[in-house]
Amino acid sequence: MTIKVKFFASLREHVGHADAEVAENLVKTVADVWMKATNDMVLPENTLMAVNMEYVEATHGVKADDEVAFFPPVTGG
Amino acid sequence: MLIEIKDAPFEPYQRLLEYQSEAGFAGKYGATAVFVGSMREFNQGDDVKGMLLEHYPGMTEKYLQKISEEAAKKWDILDSLIVHRIGEMLPNDPIVLVAVWSAHRAEAFDASRYLMEELKSRAPFWKKESLTEDSRWVEKNT
Repeated sequence: MTIKVKFFASLREHVGHADAEVAENLVKTVADVWMKATNDMVLPENTLMAVNMEYVEATHGVKADDEVAFFPPVTGG
Repeated sequence: MLIEIKDAPFEPYQRLLEYQSEAGFAGKYGATAVFVGSMREFNQGDDVKGMLLEHYPGMTEKYLQKISEEAAKKWDILDSLIVHRIGEMLPNDPIVLVAVWSAHRAEAFDASRYLMEELKSRAPFWKKESLTEDSRWVEKNT
């Protein structure tokens, strides 16, 4: 059972890949997912996070088949 | 209520007229507030030659739908339209169109301002600018 991970924009370049998969039994929160998916990189302070396309905080819980995304502050419009 | 993400140039005023002529509120609106955002040829003191606009497929549409529904709850409006570009762009290209229709002006002004501010602060889009020599991610919206 896995969790899908996505990185966008400058954070994707910083991490070095756009996608990752993390085994569900190794992680409890979004912060744990970051650590596993990036081999323990430091989470940049202004990073935004989403689970299943809804904004969440780093302490938010995760479960199998969730899609977790990490991205920098948004700059649209 | 419609959200459109476009990966090719669009003409906002033409799209506005098309949408308005097909919508079912003819004769009911007395106010249309329209915002169009376009790409500048300068930013932070540098010439900008081009721009790449990235989004999060799925989440971006979901977020824009959510704020459109919020606006319809907060204000007495008839309809709203949001069109946003992604992909490779050039200076002067339209980036975003937000239009709101209502019976009276206050609701259209307020709801369109709300949609634009929410879009700029939370909708997952990111700009990468091409400068004369190199490129850079825009770090903060102004």
